[in-house]
Amino acid sequence: MGSVSARRLAKELREIQSEGCPVGITLVDASDFSKWLFTIEVMGNSQYQGEAYTLQFRFDAQYPISSPAVQFVVTDGKEAPVHPHVYSNGHICASILGSEWSPVLSVIAVCVTLQSMLASCKKKERPADNDRYVRTAPDNPKKTLFHYDDDT
Amino acid sequence: MSSDYEFSDGEEAYSDDEEMIDGTQDEEDDSQDEMEMDNFGDDFKVVPKGKRKPYEVEYESLSQHSVERLMQRDVDHICGIFGVDASVASLLLRHLKWNKEKLIEKYMDNATAVLVAAGVTVPEAVPLAVKPSSRRPTTRGLTKPTKSSKSPTLAYTTPKALQRTTSRKSDEPFVCQICFNDAPDMQTLALDCEHTFCSDCWTDYVVSKIKDESEHAIRCMAEGCALVCPDPFIHDLLVPAPGAPVGDADKEAQNEKAWLRFQELLVRHFVGCNSNLKFCPYPSCTNTVSCPSASSKSSLTTIVPTVSCGARGIGSEAQEVSQSQQLGLGLQGKEHKFCFGCPIESDHRPVVCGVAKMWLKKCRDDSETANWIKSNTKECSNCQSTIEKNGGCNHMTCKKCKHEFCWVCMGPWSEHGTAWYSCNRYDEKTGVEARDAQSRSRASLERYLHYYNRWANHEQSAKLSLDLYAKTEKKMEEMQITSALTWIEVQFMKKAVEEVDKCRQTLKWTYAMAYYLAKGNEKELFEDNQRDLERAVEDLSELLESPIEAENIPTLRQNVTNKTVYVQKRNEIVLEDTANGFLEGRWRWNTVVEGFDDPEEVAI
Repeated sequence: MGSVSARRLAKELREIQSEGCPVGITLVDASDFSKWLFTIEVMGNSQYQGEAYTLQFRFDAQYPISSPAVQFVVTDGKEAPVHPHVYSNGHICASILGSEWSPVLSVIAVCVTLQSMLASCKKKERPADNDRYVRTAPDNPKKTLFHYDDDT
Repeated sequence: MSSDYEFSDGEEAYSDDEEMIDGTQDEEDDSQDEMEMDNFGDDFKVVPKGKRKPYEVEYESLSQHSVERLMQRDVDHICGIFGVDASVASLLLRHLKWNKEKLIEKYMDNATAVLVAAGVTVPEAVPLAVKPSSRRPTTRGLTKPTKSSKSPTLAYTTPKALQRTTSRKSDEPFVCQICFNDAPDMQTLALDCEHTFCSDCWTDYVVSKIKDESEHAIRCMAEGCALVCPDPFIHDLLVPAPGAPVGDADKEAQNEKAWLRFQELLVRHFVGCNSNLKFCPYPSCTNTVSCPSASSKSSLTTIVPTVSCGARGIGSEAQEVSQSQQLGLGLQGKEHKFCFGCPIESDHRPVVCGVAKMWLKKCRDDSETANWIKSNTKECSNCQSTIEKNGGCNHMTCKKCKHEFCWVCMGPWSEHGTAWYSCNRYDEKTGVEARDAQSRSRASLERYLHYYNRWANHEQSAKLSLDLYAKTEKKMEEMQITSALTWIEVQFMKKAVEEVDKCRQTLKWTYAMAYYLAKGNEKELFEDNQRDLERAVEDLSELLESPIEAENIPTLRQNVTNKTVYVQKRNEIVLEDTANGFLEGRWRWNTVVEGFDDPEEVAI
């Protein structure tokens, strides 16, 4: 783990601990700088009312220059939300995690973006190519070149 | 100086009659060999160089450097019209895919919109300097801030924007929002958008974008900021200024490599935007080929644009030599030959791209399956269902129609009486009829396999030609020992092997062509030419494999040389006639081929 990524993650962690997470987002595990877990809930009136999902962040030594690998946890009885941009294996098609990633963004910024992505969803459904993608998907969602269709 | 096997036009001497060739060169003696050494290479040249044959296209090979000059020309042109500096012009051109006309039109229409879309300026602020009316030169070099602050900011900004940068509260220590470094002596940088970060983060970011994402339009690191780093900005990040303190040597080497890669990416983008240009597909080759005559899709129905970037071998010089020695292929390795019109990385003459592509696809999809079906299955002689026999006796009962028949003779089982496990009734009338029906139903499969197997055979033989070359080289050495021939005089063997290799390549693709050609006189003529070439090639191949004995070396040399010239001529005929056929629109296909008229009737 490079010193830059460690320093940056330490700083982000300090901020989370001192200022707390935004409403609906809870830090579950950040025992090291390679993998963090959060739970994420959509507040207010939405398709996902009362549901909680676990979000996993994986960081490499190039973080924050390179984006974190973010996905929903689908093991141990947990499931990914049914959403047109979320595959059943937990992979998320969101431009912010790929081409639109900026080193200025933070873990919390990603959580908030994904939370609002769920909140704005009108209809619970899987992506059209879910089965095909899940069958051949790589372990790390960053290895997938997603095509970002819209900005919802 | 005249050599024995020179011929003016060649048409009369080497048309179809092999006997005539043998007759043309009887008097050969050592004194003439001396003379021949000078023009040895010319012996095999049928047409003087310089004149383009109908199956060749005009093209030019460009190095990365010459492509950069082409780019510079466009950039200078835009600079002159818009009155902007080179890095802005370059960003504008890249944004509009190097389409100058479109850029000029759009820029004249709404300069601000184009500048914003290209990531040159931030949406609100339009620096006066880029307006065509005021040709004030903008300085995009490193400008040291005049006011001293705790963290010296090196900004790539116009002076006007710089003022706003320094309006940042300078008493507050600067903290890079990416690495959270707050060292007071840290260097910081920003584009016109004033999103300031430390130079280490900028460098890491730019290197990662270039190395991992092959990105040539690198945007500002701030979220949602669409400003693109201009080239001088990237250059100064990656290439240390002369006299600068030497930092981490590894890191510097990596940065410098990224800078070179960045320039290559720019060239690749330019080449990709220009339909007259194509990048050489060979690994680590950076040459480009310009071939305007094959730039449009419609031209690909009349020509086969086989081009070569001029380079040879793969990888660095050292690798090149060792690999070619290993393959036994000359000293210079294989020429970088490829098709300008399609992704096939070899010479697929004489057949046009559309047909070649169709054939390769068919082979990929069908050949293995077809082969398996052919060798493992038969059709029920009653309902034509395809059946695989995977065990048991020869008494077959079709699952579908319950027809009982014999696997061996395909006749009805009822005629077999009690000979349960053996069939000796192969010639029985009903059996023959059943097999006839079967063979008819397999005709199309067989037809395909006929062409495929010949295609595959030539491909295989071409691969084996490397072995043949190694063997030939040995023979050439032997010859020097056992005869009075010098090294240069035994080169005829090498020439012959090269020619065989070349012709096999042609032959291979003629089978793809013949498979799709519609029945008729044209196809027959084509196949006649194909047959003549094939026969000649196989003759020569056989000769090359034959053992060498001291006493027959002179005859062997003569024969090989004759046959090489003949084979070369036959190859020319096939290539020329087919190419002319495309130009004249003579060829008719038995299926729909992209760019051609649909076949009137499908005759296979």
